[in-house]
Order: sequence, then C-alpha cells, then structure tokens
Amino acid sequence: MSVDKVREPFVRISKRASIELWRSWLFRAAALFASLVVCGVIIFALTGLNPVRVYAAMFSGAFGTVKRSWVTIRDLMMLLCISVGLAPAFKMRFWNIGAEGQILAGGIVSAALMIYAGNSIPLVPLLMLMFLASAAAGAVWGLIPGVFKAVWNANETLFTLMMNYIAIQVTSYFVALWENPYGSNTVGVINQLSKGGWFPAIFGQMYLLNVIIVLALTILMYLYLRYSKQGYEIAVVGESENTARYAAINVRKVVIRTMLISGAICGVAGFIAVAGAGHTISTSTAGGKGFVAIIVAWLSKFNTLVMVLISGLLVFLDKGAVQIASQFDLNDFVSEMITGIILFFILGSEFFINFKVRFRGRIKEAGK
Amino acid sequence: MTQLISLIQAAVAFGTVILFGAVGEILAEKSGNLNLGVPGVMYLGGIAGLVAAFFYERSAANPNGLVALLVTFGACFLAAMIGGLIYAVLTITLRANQNVTGLTLTIFGGGVANLFGGTLNKMAGGVGQISVALTSSAFRTTMPYLSTETGAIGKIFFSYGFLAYLAVLVAVFVSWFINRTSVGLNLRAVGENPATADAAGINVTKYKYVATCVGAGISGFGGLYYTIDYIKGTWSTDGSIEGLGWLAVALVIFATWKPTRAIWGAYLFGALFWLYYYIPGLTRSSQELFKMLPYAVTIAVLIFVSLRHKKEDQPPTSLGLAYFREER
Amino acid sequence: MVDITKTFGEVVANDKVSLEIRHGEILALLGENGSGKTTLMNTLSGIYLPEGGQIYVCDKKVSITSPKDAFELGIGMIHQHFKLVNLLSAAENIILGLNEHKLIDLKRVRAAVREICDKYGFAIDPDKKVYDMSVSEKQTLEIVKVLYRGADILILDEPTAVLTPQETEKLFAVMRNMKEDGKAIVIITHKLHEVMEISDRVAVLRKGRYIGDIPTCDTCIQQLTEMMVGRAVSLNIDRPACKDGCERLVVKNLTVIDKDGVKKLDNVSFTACGGELLGIAGISGSGQKELLEAIAGLQPAQPGASILFTPVPGRPATELAGKSPRDIKRLGVSLAFVPEDRLGMGLVGSMDLPDNMMLRSYSEGPGFFTNRQEPQRLAKTVVEELEVVTPSLYTPVRKLSGGNVQKVLVGREISSAPSLLMTAYAVRGLDINTSYTIYHLLNKQKERGAAVIYVGEDLDVLLELCDRILVLCAGRISGIVDGRNTTKEEVGLMMTHLSGRCDNVG
Repeated sequence: MSVDKVREPFVRISKRASIELWRSWLFRAAALFASLVVCGVIIFALTGLNPVRVYAAMFSGAFGTVKRSWVTIRDLMMLLCISVGLAPAFKMRFWNIGAEGQILAGGIVSAALMIYAGNSIPLVPLLMLMFLASAAAGAVWGLIPGVFKAVWNANETLFTLMMNYIAIQVTSYFVALWENPYGSNTVGVINQLSKGGWFPAIFGQMYLLNVIIVLALTILMYLYLRYSKQGYEIAVVGESENTARYAAINVRKVVIRTMLISGAICGVAGFIAVAGAGHTISTSTAGGKGFVAIIVAWLSKFNTLVMVLISGLLVFLDKGAVQIASQFDLNDFVSEMITGIILFFILGSEFFINFKVRFRGRIKEAGK
Repeated sequence: MTQLISLIQAAVAFGTVILFGAVGEILAEKSGNLNLGVPGVMYLGGIAGLVAAFFYERSAANPNGLVALLVTFGACFLAAMIGGLIYAVLTITLRANQNVTGLTLTIFGGGVANLFGGTLNKMAGGVGQISVALTSSAFRTTMPYLSTETGAIGKIFFSYGFLAYLAVLVAVFVSWFINRTSVGLNLRAVGENPATADAAGINVTKYKYVATCVGAGISGFGGLYYTIDYIKGTWSTDGSIEGLGWLAVALVIFATWKPTRAIWGAYLFGALFWLYYYIPGLTRSSQELFKMLPYAVTIAVLIFVSLRHKKEDQPPTSLGLAYFREER
Repeated sequence: MVDITKTFGEVVANDKVSLEIRHGEILALLGENGSGKTTLMNTLSGIYLPEGGQIYVCDKKVSITSPKDAFELGIGMIHQHFKLVNLLSAAENIILGLNEHKLIDLKRVRAAVREICDKYGFAIDPDKKVYDMSVSEKQTLEIVKVLYRGADILILDEPTAVLTPQETEKLFAVMRNMKEDGKAIVIITHKLHEVMEISDRVAVLRKGRYIGDIPTCDTCIQQLTEMMVGRAVSLNIDRPACKDGCERLVVKNLTVIDKDGVKKLDNVSFTACGGELLGIAGISGSGQKELLEAIAGLQPAQPGASILFTPVPGRPATELAGKSPRDIKRLGVSLAFVPEDRLGMGLVGSMDLPDNMMLRSYSEGPGFFTNRQEPQRLAKTVVEELEVVTPSLYTPVRKLSGGNVQKVLVGREISSAPSLLMTAYAVRGLDINTSYTIYHLLNKQKERGAAVIYVGEDLDVLLELCDRILVLCAGRISGIVDGRNTTKEEVGLMMTHLSGRCDNVG
C-alpha cells in the first residue's frame, strides 16, 4: 500500500529491481572496510596502538607459522562444516538455530565410541562407525523440532534454541560421568596414549582428514542443493508453500527430510570436533560456532562455495584477534567484539544492496 | 523446612535475573521484534554496571552507597539501550534479518563484556579481586527488621536486594502498560498487524524503536543483578550470562508473552534449576540432567501452545518480520 | 471531487473524474471490475494521492494526504479487506491509534459504542474478539469504528459482497438510518438490484472515466447495465469453431467451504468439452478461484462431489474429487493450470527460466538429479515462440515484467500438451498485444482438442473468445450461455442475479 505525500519525505526507499553483481560486492567490500576502520578506532582507543600494526599482528596470528596456519584451517573447516549443515535448512526458510545442540549430540556419541570402543575396534571401521553414529545422533536432534514444525507448526526458532540447552545439559551429564582425572570436572584427552578414534595424520598432517571430509561435504551439498530433485524441492518450499503444493510437493516430508540432513551434518561436525580436533568433549565443544555458522549461512545466501570465503574471513579475524590479545595484553574476547562489529556492518550493507535510497531534492544512490 | 526456604531463596534470586531479561524481551516482542540479542544485552548491562561501580569506588574520595547505586544503575540501562539501539537500527531501518542480527548482538555483547571484564579482573589483580563492595552491598541491602526478625516469612519474602522487588514491579508495570494504556494498545497492534496500525495513524517505526530500546534496557538489569548481587560484584568469563539470557528467551515462551505469568515462571525456572541441590542421593552427573528441566518445560509449553492454538497464547503475529509500507 | 486523475505506472485508473457527494443521500458508485471505483474512493480517504484534480469538502478546498487527514475531515472508508487487529476486542479496535486518553477506559468506549449502535440500529458486543467474529460482525465493527471517529461521509467498498441476504437487509436498514441522520454515504457496488433498492442517486464509472449520474428513481436496471458495460466493443478476437466435442471434464455437485467456514462454491455442476473454450464470468470473488483450485486438487471439495476427467477420448474417466495435486500427478493425467497468483503459486520468483520450466516436471525421469537439458530447451523455445523479453534465460522471473512472467507461465503449462487447460485471469495487467498473444495460444490449444477453461473479467473478451460462458454468482451457477448469441447485458445481469437462463449448448 503506497501513501504519497505532498511534502516529499526526506528519504524515500524503494525495492531494487536488480543490482549488478559487482556493485553488490562493492557494497559488501565497503562495509567490510568501514567496519575495519571502526574496529581500528576502537582498538586504538583501548590500547593506544597503531591499528595498522595490530592488523599486521592479526595476519601473523592466523598464518604466521605453519602450525598456526593449520590451526586456522582446522577451525575454518569446523565452521564451514556447520554452515554447510545449516544451508539446506535455511534455504527452506527453516530457522535451525539448534546447530550447537546437534553438534554436541554428534560429539557425545563420538566420544562415547572413543571411550568404550576406542581400543578394541581397528581405527578405520571405528572412524566410519563414529561418523555414522554421530550423523544419526545429530539427525535425531534436528528431527525432533522438524517433526513438530511440519506436523503442528511449532515455532522452530525457539524450539531448536531450547534443544541446544538440553544438549548442553546432556553433555554435562556425560562429562561428569566420564570425568578424568577424578575431580577435574573435565573428560580430559580421550585415549591420549593409544590415540584410539583419533583422526590419523595423512601425509604427516594432522588436520588433513578434516579438510577432506568437510570439503567433500561442501561440494556434495553444493551439488545436492543445486542439481538434485530434493534440492529443488527445498528451494520451492523455501520460496512459497503455495507454489510447493501447486507443484505437487509433499511439504511435510521435505521439511522432515531436510532437517534430518541438516542435523546429520551438524552431528558430523561434532564428530570432527571430537575425533579430529579436541579429542575431548565438553559443553564448549560447540563453543558458539553453531550461532556464528547461522550468520555464515545467511550471508552466503546458502551457497556453500561462498561459505568457504565467509567462514574463512571470520576464522581469520578470530585467530588474528587472539594473537593481538596475547601480543598486546588484551584478552581473547576482543575477537568476538571485532566479529560482532564486522557482522553488524555486513548485515547493514545488505540493505543498500536490496533497496534504493533516494534523498529529497536529488536522486542519489545510497552509499555512492 | 530450612531446605525449602533456602530453595525458595535460591529460586527467587535466580528468577530475578531471568525475569528482567524476559520482561524486556516481551516488550520488544510485543512490537514484533524477536531480539535474540537478549544474552548480549544482559552482558552489556552487567559489565557496564560493574565498570561504573568499579571506577566510581576507585576515583571518588568518599564513595557514597546511594550515588554508587545510581551511577551503576544508569550505566547499565544506558549500555543495554545502546545494544538495543544497534539491533533496532539494523532490523527496523536497515531491515536486516532479526534472528541473524540478534545472534550477532549476542556475540558482540559477550565479546565486549568479557573483554572489559577480563581487563577489569587484571586491573584489580586477579579473578575475584574486583572491589565494588560498597556498591554491591548497596544493591544487596535487604529490608531492615523485616528480613531478620520475622523468621521464615522474612527469609522467604524480605531477604533480597531491591532489584529483586524492582523486577516484580517492572513486570507488573509492563503488564499494566501493555494491557491498560492506549499506548500499550497501539504497541500490541503494531506487533500483531503493523499495516492496520499504520492505517490507524500509529507511527510503527517509532513504536518499534522505543519498545526495542527500552526492552533492552530492562533486560540489561538482569545482567546487572547477576553481576552485582547474585555473584556479589565479580566477573567471570565462563559464559554464564549467555546461558541465563537464553533462559530468559525461554521464559518469554513459557509465559506466553505475558509479563505477570513470567513472574512465577521465573521463580519456577529458578526452583527447577536449583532443585538438584536439594534432592538427596543424586550423583553429580544426574544433577546435570536436573538442570535441563527449565528448558524441557519450555519445550513442553511450546508444543502445548502450538497444539492448542489458543489465540491469546500465540506469539505476536508479525514477530520476526520487518515492516515495509510500500510492500503489497 | 473535481477532475481527479490517478495513474499507476502507465495505467490510468481515474481519468478526470468529477463527483459530487451530498449529505443525507446515498450515492451508489457503479462500475465493472477495474473501472476505477475503489481507486477514486481511496483518493478521497487518503490512501492514494491523485496526480491531478482537487477535492472540496463543504466548499473548502482540502488536501488529503493520509488516512488521518481524511478522518479529521470526517471522511471514513470501510474497505473490502477489513483493517482490524484480530487479537483485539471490538472496543480496542475502535480506539486504536486515537490516544484520546492515557488509559484505556473501556467503560466509556462501551457506552459510546452502545450509543452509536442504538442510534443507527446496530448490534455489536464491544468485548468480543475480532477473531471470533463473523464477516458481517467485522463489517459492522468497521462502520462503528468510522462513526466513533466522527465521520460524516462514509464510503463502503462493496459491503454486500461478503454478506448473506439477511445481513444485507440489516446493513441497508442501518444505512437508511444514517442517511436520516444527515450523513453522506457512498456505496461502491456492481449489484444492480442493490443499487435500485438502497440508493438515491447513481454515478457510473467505466474504464476509469466518469459516465454520468442519474437519480435512482429515474432509471432502470437495463439503462444502468448499459451505462456500466457500455456498448459491445468489437475486439476482433478469433474464435475458431468447436471440434471434437467429447466430454473432457464433468463436474457434479461441487461444493467448497474455505478455511474460515465460508461457502465459496455451492453445488456447482457443469461439463467442459474437448475443442471448446469455456469462459467463466462473474464478479470477482464469486468462486472462480475455488472452482479451478478444486479441480486441480488444491482445495478440498465437500463430500458428494464428483469431478470426472477424461484425458484421452474413449478411455474411462478418472475421478479427481478428493485427490491432492500429488495424487493427480501420480495418475499421470495432463491437466494444466495457470493460477491467478503467478509468482505466489505458478512460478518461483527467485528462480530462473529453466528452473521454473521444471516446476511441474522436476521429479520425472530416473535418478537423483534433475534433468537440466530438457527445461533449458523448453525455456529457450518458450522465449522464442512467445517472444518473452528477458535479459537472459538465467534471469530470475521475478525481475521480468508482468506480461513476460505470464508468457513464461502459460508457455510452461501448454508445453505439456494438456487435454485440459485452466486459466485464471490470464490477461490481467497485460498490455493489448500480450493479451492477444495469450488469446491466440488458448485458441491453439482448443484447436488441438484440449478443453480450455478461461476465467476472465472483461465481458467483451469473454463474449468474443469463448464458445460457452458459465456465469457464477455468489458461488452458484446462474447460467451457462452460448458465447455466440448472447449479449453483454444478459451476462452482466446474470452476474448479479441468480435467475439466468441455462442453455445446453456445445
């Protein structure tokens, strides 16, 4: 409904019909730049340090040594894996903010297998078993809100959020159960000596298997969403339920099936976190990555290849900020603050990509 | 009996934190804004209060309890409002997605708070060394005579700092405001059907902004109560406020968007959370399962509400959606 | 109102319309769908700002830029789509946005509402929630709301479209009371008998132009019909002769009740034949949409209905009633449907042309992945043959213009060589050339031997294009006429009355 006014309002906003690709990326780059400037100002205000030096330090924190680069890659793969898991759900416009819980569900099952079967089953079948079992656990965790959404239309945002905390408490339960050494309130490194259930080093690289699994999932998900019949159904359901019914799609089935897949991949992320990175389980195994991944999935418009870029950016910031923290005597949380600021700017920039802003008196494009 | 009294006390103290969070969030959600930044806002409120108290006590020659209280209070409200304002600008004016923006606010708030909190710990000489004793005791002053001299009743009803009572008052006030005033009526209309509200001459944007920012300010008090009163003026970077923040979001659902229902809901959550402590014979692992009760109960309510379809118990109809007049 | 002009893009909705509204009089604003009645009244109530013309209230020139301005001038409009908040009570809706008092004083509101009700003969429960109200109660509430705000000029946009005859009677009684009270009332309608019954004066609009006004007592239904529909215009649309003639679709006793419990179709029975173009006429909302959707399986039919479809002549018919779109798809019958909501149902706006081509056929073929060559080829063919203007095949269809969107949709639906093609408002919003392209496509399908059902709103088109015209009125068939030997007036009358003749032709 349009309301015209005699006095033309100061700014007029209208939806853009289309935007060139280069221009939309220009807006995003401008937002990123602006956010780095703001972060620089804040860092300067806090520490009095030259921001340029700080950014140089960040780079060294992420890629300064081979070992650091591998840790950066490991964390990148973790975030990417979760984002890939969320992609189908979000493409269907199903707000799965329960990745944290699905990761933990997968992680618990992996840890359990490592503890109870780690030294009795040979490594390769054990890893395969862990992979399947953690996927199943994550799938169940995603299935529950999926079913309630499909059948009774229960609000999935709030439901999946609650499932996170159920998972955290279940994790706490097992941490207390598996406590090692007694009284530490942690599980400690599982199978430290035998390395049962640990990802093996490939070509001498500890984290290469993580990369292989996650990149394979990323490419498979890309193909699944873009070329498969099921991926097509997800896109139609996400766009409009009416269209889906018109196209003879069983909406309930698609919702449930997609949540199974989404949960399963997040469960696999838990498996990678436990068997391929931390070799332990705790309530911080997911560590908020499930939430960050939501933002990655959203900003990359569910394109899993773009997710590599965006999760790379966020992990780089995180690693860099941790480095600044130790180098300049701040604490690690500076990275969360910087991440937050940058995301605010990127989120804000989407507006200028989707809408045209015209100021009174002159016709002008926003941001130009 | 003493066990029961101490459970009630624990429940009320715990409940106060999430009651503030939930009432603020209800106000925001009534305008159609689902702010998942509640934990972030509570972080901001908590740390701002703590920092203000710390520096006031440090710099003032003769720190005065009442002044400390006011300074802390103001800093908390302001910081939390700024958090709300960031969210409001992004979601209302720039029409960014509410869920994503809220989650980002939570990350940002946690980062800022723990950055300052950690630095504060370091400045004070180690974890647990922050000295805001004066402010903390000002906040934790209980009612004289009533709290000590009236036995069990005093312990149950009068043994808390003033914020605990303020929380109830705010909840009752917000409930009254929403249901009984013209402005509250307009606010409900904005959350239910912004197009109709717009046609009736209500400034939808203004309502959303004010409700979101004031709501965030109220939520911030939850963080303040937690840092200054509940953990007695210290800071720990263990992420406990985040957990409480999500519990506040859960409480909003549990209370089906009614502030008065949130009051007893908050205490119930508190009791459920601490229940394990009072049940004899639990192993430490099974205690953890007990702490899941508030979340499980919330899920049960969520399912029950969507099965029953009672109109008054549903979320505001436009919750989560940006309003753009030119559309359709 | 003098010389009011309002355009939407290139479409002129009101072209220099002047209208006088008098106190103590009921004015009927008459015109077909799309003649600009609602637009005109929306400019008066502050929803639209006209590009040209002036508005005078009580001889004073005014500028109305928002609904609030209109309120302050005592102008209140009751829209076809009610502007009410479901969760609030009647009283709360009435005072919404007024902020007369800081506190909600429901007692005072109740008293004021009762006073208004007593004065004009309404009945309304101020404490009832809107979601519990019937359509007629909601309408009453809207009127009370406008009166509460002190309106002297009331505009009712097709108020009777959603009412039962009894409720209509009640509404008219209230309107007469308001007239007695000196209020000026405008009723927008295209139901002629209602015009005759309630109004003192009739003003007629046609295609955005003001045709004239006349006191009701000096006119008759025939004259008004002629003023409303105009003389039949020759459009030179081809109408090839019918072929084939075997029964393709036999609908019997079809009744549809929507989610709100409103009966949208009442015991409808008809037959559509191969090689025939069956038009469906009716005032918008008379059940056209439900009829097509019920056949396509998108609306559940009430028990007792039968929809027999014969995809191939000579083979046994298939029962479609009670089947979902998936069931129908599984039967493998070729049934094409161009729905009214193009981007909300027929196409996926964010997808490109090839992806939209496979919306109905994506699951065909073996394997896990979709076949991408076939839709691509089809998209190319559609673009070439129907002259779709698009930057590329891979542009999201949302970004195409309305006419091109429709070509994509129709192109896909006829590509399956359907034996039944249903179209709802296939040319709505399209320019002349595109419209003729669409007519041509429909005729080609008819010559192919398909049964084509065309739901339309322009009577001239229906009369020239269709072999038979089924006229719906309030969810019932008021008649089926031969398109070749009927007149516009006859169809127009049947659209507003249930007593038409029923030919058995074709």
